[in-house]
Amino acid sequence: MSIISSAAVRVPLQTAETTTVGSPLLNISIFGLFVAITLVIVLRASRNNKTAADYYAAGRSFTGGQNGTAIAGDYLSAASFLGIVGAIAINGYDGFLYSIGFLVAWLVALLLVAELLRNTGKFTMADVLSFRLKQRPVRIAAAITTLAVCFFYLLAQMAGAGGLVSLLLGIDDRLGQSVVITVVGVLMIMYVLIGGMKGTTWVQIIKACLLIAGAFIMTVWVLAIHNFNLSTLLGAAIETSGNAAITSPGLQYGLSAITRIDFLSLALALVLGTAALPHVLMRFYTVPTAKEARRSVVWAIWLIGAFYLFTLVLGYGASALIGAERIAAAPGGVNSAAPLLAYELGGSILLGLISAVAFATILAVVAGLTITAAASFAHDIYASVIRRGKVDPDGEVKVARRTVVVIGLLSIIGGIGAQGQNVAFLVALAFAVAASANLPTILYSLFWKKFNTQGAVWSMYGGLGSAILLIALSPVVSGGEKSMIQGADFSVFPLSNPGIVSIPLAFFLGWLGTILSRTKEDPMKQAEMEVRSLTGVGAEKATDH
Amino acid sequence: MGSHPVEPEAGSGAAVDFTEVQQTEQFKELRKRHRSFVFPMAVFFLLWYFAYVLLAAFAHDFMATPVSGNINVGIILGLLQFVSTFAITMWYVSYANRRLDPIAANLRHELEEAAPEAFIDPAGGKK
Repeated sequence: MSIISSAAVRVPLQTAETTTVGSPLLNISIFGLFVAITLVIVLRASRNNKTAADYYAAGRSFTGGQNGTAIAGDYLSAASFLGIVGAIAINGYDGFLYSIGFLVAWLVALLLVAELLRNTGKFTMADVLSFRLKQRPVRIAAAITTLAVCFFYLLAQMAGAGGLVSLLLGIDDRLGQSVVITVVGVLMIMYVLIGGMKGTTWVQIIKACLLIAGAFIMTVWVLAIHNFNLSTLLGAAIETSGNAAITSPGLQYGLSAITRIDFLSLALALVLGTAALPHVLMRFYTVPTAKEARRSVVWAIWLIGAFYLFTLVLGYGASALIGAERIAAAPGGVNSAAPLLAYELGGSILLGLISAVAFATILAVVAGLTITAAASFAHDIYASVIRRGKVDPDGEVKVARRTVVVIGLLSIIGGIGAQGQNVAFLVALAFAVAASANLPTILYSLFWKKFNTQGAVWSMYGGLGSAILLIALSPVVSGGEKSMIQGADFSVFPLSNPGIVSIPLAFFLGWLGTILSRTKEDPMKQAEMEVRSLTGVGAEKATDH
Repeated sequence: MGSHPVEPEAGSGAAVDFTEVQQTEQFKELRKRHRSFVFPMAVFFLLWYFAYVLLAAFAHDFMATPVSGNINVGIILGLLQFVSTFAITMWYVSYANRRLDPIAANLRHELEEAAPEAFIDPAGGKK
């Protein structure tokens, strides 16, 4: 505790002197309260965890509204909240472009994926992909891509937790940040171990409500200062920044032809990656029917859309009331825009609330990722591949729980190791891997009758491999000012986002593998999958307790 | 849940001939209604999204054209992406409720009545 309570957030004020802003003790108390309340709820929710369906899919007992809120909780990570507000505050319009991609992407999930997936699977993405193809090779490939996406995403969140701490609690030494990453990891293991999917879902719901409510209050506040007139707000932002260009695109991505193509590549990965994120897909199994899965996405779209509209106001609000220079100079840099704005508006109390919400956000997102990775390992690799289906559900859940502990420990170690690294690319990589390794196979197996095992395996490994290879050969890893590896340059691929190459490649490989394959899949299975996906016949309903 | 937690579909296909169901007029109609809505709509929103992204990447001057006060074409087009996303969502929900759900429910009930042993678990719950 001494590390934490003796420190304070230092924010350079306009007079350039460093002054203590906010109260770390208050931030910690509010966060502690959140942890205490959610732990009680997780404990209560876990009483009915008996079967595998309870542990992985919360007994399929959530309503569309609850699940939609939890999806918003899963999706709106600290990167969305702090990152987008900061990006708009500093880069203006280009930050707004992110949020539009993140929102429009949900239409892919709504129209093409959510309901059909709910009708054909049980617990994991691999259930759907291996439905009418050869179980073992497809399950292994799907489990590997799931684990890869979860791992990149987890690492980004854990390392982000360290960065957030330096910003909110003023702990900027390595040891202090490591302690906080460990605390986040241990709490996450507890939530997932005790609560399973049900407990995790409640954590997401509470967090989503807090985050959206907090952003809403700040949005109304900022708008009230500017007479509820967007044009006045934009004018104030232009005046503070002295740059009229912040209200139109180009500040971040308009620099050269490469940055423009890089932006296109990012936009492609964002819009196609969301509907293939394994932790989002797994949420569709927590509701009893496809109709509830549809309702979930509709709720998620409204909540996420509203939230991103708030971030537009908050970003320009931070730009107007605080100014890009002060934000960039504060500890935490771009990410400090939202907390600084909270302090500017409501002083220590609002800053404490927003800080606690940001912590809660990281905690909830890592919990959701962990249960997805554990389910994928226990259900797809252990039960189906290693034990060839000869394991009872209790044994499978036992393995899933052990996997949670292992993943938790790995992400603590990884998070400590990744401190101070440029982690933004990890999230971009997670989306690019999801869009290239998972989405083609999901769409082909749902809509293309002739699709077969070879096509699936080629597409998944090809998408995963090309996305990772292109990132490794890109300027984010070597050859740039902010690269991970300094002093070396093997960046033969000029873009930091691999999607524009790896996504079309994965679609192409899925097609090529299919037409070159000599083996034909069972037409009965294809018929069964199609009938089940559209009618929902035989889909597992909610379990009663 | 049955005794095969990992491959729940094993065995259930034997009692119901899904290829036969797939060939029924009712199922073909359901598939046609589903695809004739979601495919064109997916193409439309992706084209509209990428048109917007391309404008944002390559037509800075156009996006910076003032419309009213400090609000420019870029802000309007960006907000329109929100509006179109919300509108497509509501449109799809209304379409699915009217045109897809009744026919899907009908097929589901017919199948479950024709072969209850394939879909109803001995333990009581549905498979």
